Amino acid sequence: MASAPSLAASLSPATSSETVTRAELSEIDASTKAPAMFFLCSAILWLLAGTAFAIIASFKLHNPSFLGDSEWLTFGRVRTAHLNAVVYGWSVNASFAVALWLMARLARSVVRHSGLLMLAGALWNIGVTIGLYGILAGDSTSVEWLEMPTYATPMLFVAYALVGAWAVITFRFGKSEHIYVSQWYILAALFWFPWLYSVAQIMIIFAPARGTVQALVNWWFAHNVLGLWFTPIGLAAVYYFIPKVLGKPIHSYYLSVLGFWSLAIFYNWAGVHHLIGGPVPAWVITAGIAASFMMVVPVVVTAINHHLTMIGSFQALKFSPTLRFIVFGAVNYTLASLLGSLMADRGVSEVVHFTHATVGHSHHGLYGFFTMVMFGSIYYILPRILHREWPSAKLISLHFWTTAIGVIVMVVALSVVGTKQGLDMNNANVAFIDIVKGTLDGLRLRSYSGILMTIGHIAFAINFVWMVFTPRAENSAPTLFRNPDPDLEVTAR
Amino acid sequence: MNRAPLIFLGIFFALAFSWTGIVLTNQLAYGKLEPVYDEGDATSYPQSIPGVAAQGKLVYQDLGCIYCHTQQVRRPGYGGDIDRGWGERQSVARDYIRESRVLLGTMRTGPDLRNVGTRFAGDGGREWHIRHMYDPEITSPGSTMPKFKFLFETRKIVGEPSPKAVQRLLPASAQPPAGYELVLTERGNALIEYLLSLKDTYNYPEEASRVYVEPKKEEKAGAKPEASQPEGHK
Repeated sequence: MASAPSLAASLSPATSSETVTRAELSEIDASTKAPAMFFLCSAILWLLAGTAFAIIASFKLHNPSFLGDSEWLTFGRVRTAHLNAVVYGWSVNASFAVALWLMARLARSVVRHSGLLMLAGALWNIGVTIGLYGILAGDSTSVEWLEMPTYATPMLFVAYALVGAWAVITFRFGKSEHIYVSQWYILAALFWFPWLYSVAQIMIIFAPARGTVQALVNWWFAHNVLGLWFTPIGLAAVYYFIPKVLGKPIHSYYLSVLGFWSLAIFYNWAGVHHLIGGPVPAWVITAGIAASFMMVVPVVVTAINHHLTMIGSFQALKFSPTLRFIVFGAVNYTLASLLGSLMADRGVSEVVHFTHATVGHSHHGLYGFFTMVMFGSIYYILPRILHREWPSAKLISLHFWTTAIGVIVMVVALSVVGTKQGLDMNNANVAFIDIVKGTLDGLRLRSYSGILMTIGHIAFAINFVWMVFTPRAENSAPTLFRNPDPDLEVTAR
Repeated sequence: MNRAPLIFLGIFFALAFSWTGIVLTNQLAYGKLEPVYDEGDATSYPQSIPGVAAQGKLVYQDLGCIYCHTQQVRRPGYGGDIDRGWGERQSVARDYIRESRVLLGTMRTGPDLRNVGTRFAGDGGREWHIRHMYDPEITSPGSTMPKFKFLFETRKIVGEPSPKAVQRLLPASAQPPAGYELVLTERGNALIEYLLSLKDTYNYPEEASRVYVEPKKEEKAGAKPEASQPEGHK
């Protein structure tokens, strides 16, 4: 809050308790309980399903005879089922829950008619289930990120529009006159996704554009699902929870404005870098590469803002599960984005395009950043809406370390093995089969990291179910990794 | 301080910007590319693929082949695509205009297939695909491609053995019991016909000025495109 302390302070969620009474917050939280719980339960079920598909697909890559005789579980289908389960099942449901809860709190608005909202949620989950069934049964469209068959997608669009409308209504009828930066991100994301999704569905599936225009639409859509839907939701949560947990305002209001608008302008052009070297007009690719490089601006600005907010409070990472997940996610947002800009360079892309390094990068973003931020958010939100604490700090700790180490090992293994794969592929003297054999060790390591993350997800699910079925506790102390004791901390350091 | 409308306008124009630039502009610029009629051949290019191959493309889609195989050849000097014999030239936008679903792909766990129909052609190519689909390790030891045994069926020989029986191509372990024969399913047959149909061999005069030509290219030993007699992917 460099130059306008009063403005920044007035916009910060950390100081909102001065103007918003606890009773009002409690009423708002209570109104989000049913829909948020619905979306969170769905999200966690999809997370487990998506993880199971992931493990099967990952083992098949180095051991193709594993479940090899099943047509339903052939690699091309089970890998697709994994992507769609974790994207449209886990990530979107988690986004809905977190975005709604944040929107209600920040707008000081009670979520009304939550029955209709849950109907929309039910429709969404039925749509995802039908879509996944379609993929496994052999009705996949084979358009990346849009594989669900046409008998599932219109339902998804309607459900999404309803949920989005609810969040906007919640915003519109809120009592708060200030619009915190998290709300900007959420509103933008809610508006952008239906636009992307409908254009992509129409121009690729329902009334296909001619030739490789489809490919441009495809990557305009698919990269923007990350950039204009998951990234804003993840950043909204980071912008809310870091100041909230630390009890201090975000460092700079102006940096957050700059970060938001530079992301809005540059990110949506970046997707074309998936077509570098492909049969599309060279100028679009060049524009995509330029936009990918310009992404350094919002990423660095946001990173500085978050870092300067964190400074002096890093000890809190030892205690707060929410903060630990969120900060891990925020750091990986910076790393994954900067690496992504680098990978868009023509020379780097010549090597890493078409390799496992790209797969590693997408897990870096969608898991290392987004999913970890969602975990952190859920650790904060659930006690507020259920009025009870997480039953086991040990399980939270297990969840954190397995997923954090798991995703780091996965990203490093895939990046290393993918780079080697790409270098070999560009050297025609290396026989193709030798490239395949050269990736096996890295792919095995990736499977092991996947098992580690699976353990984390199971720990998370157990803790969640345990919490839901525990009677409301009289003990209201939050569940922390350890008890903060300032004196002890000084000596321990 | 109600800046919501202003924020919304900004949000709208941000995406409108790339939608106009990436989607609309290109749709207008080359969304109506037409096939080229070659008077010498009395054929228009790109050629449409036969019906059974079009059926096979649907099988290619439903099995998710795209997640390990691209269908795009990068220009000479950028990546090893041409050196590996994956095509004689780079892929151009016009190559794809007859395809209602464009399957460029983004992953090369396996080789590019845009011109697999030139590497494996005719009866020799068909037989190679049959062995490869049944168990990729027969033709390519060490391959991690899944077996597609579910594209084959064992059926009882009624009357004369079918000329389409494929077990003669397969090792002893794959032989059906006496009185039975192994044949491709319709889907398996269509998929192989699709793979045999994949080739961009026509050079469009219209594209000549747009295709990148490497200024000077040294001949690399052993980098010649393979003949139709299959030896395996490079």
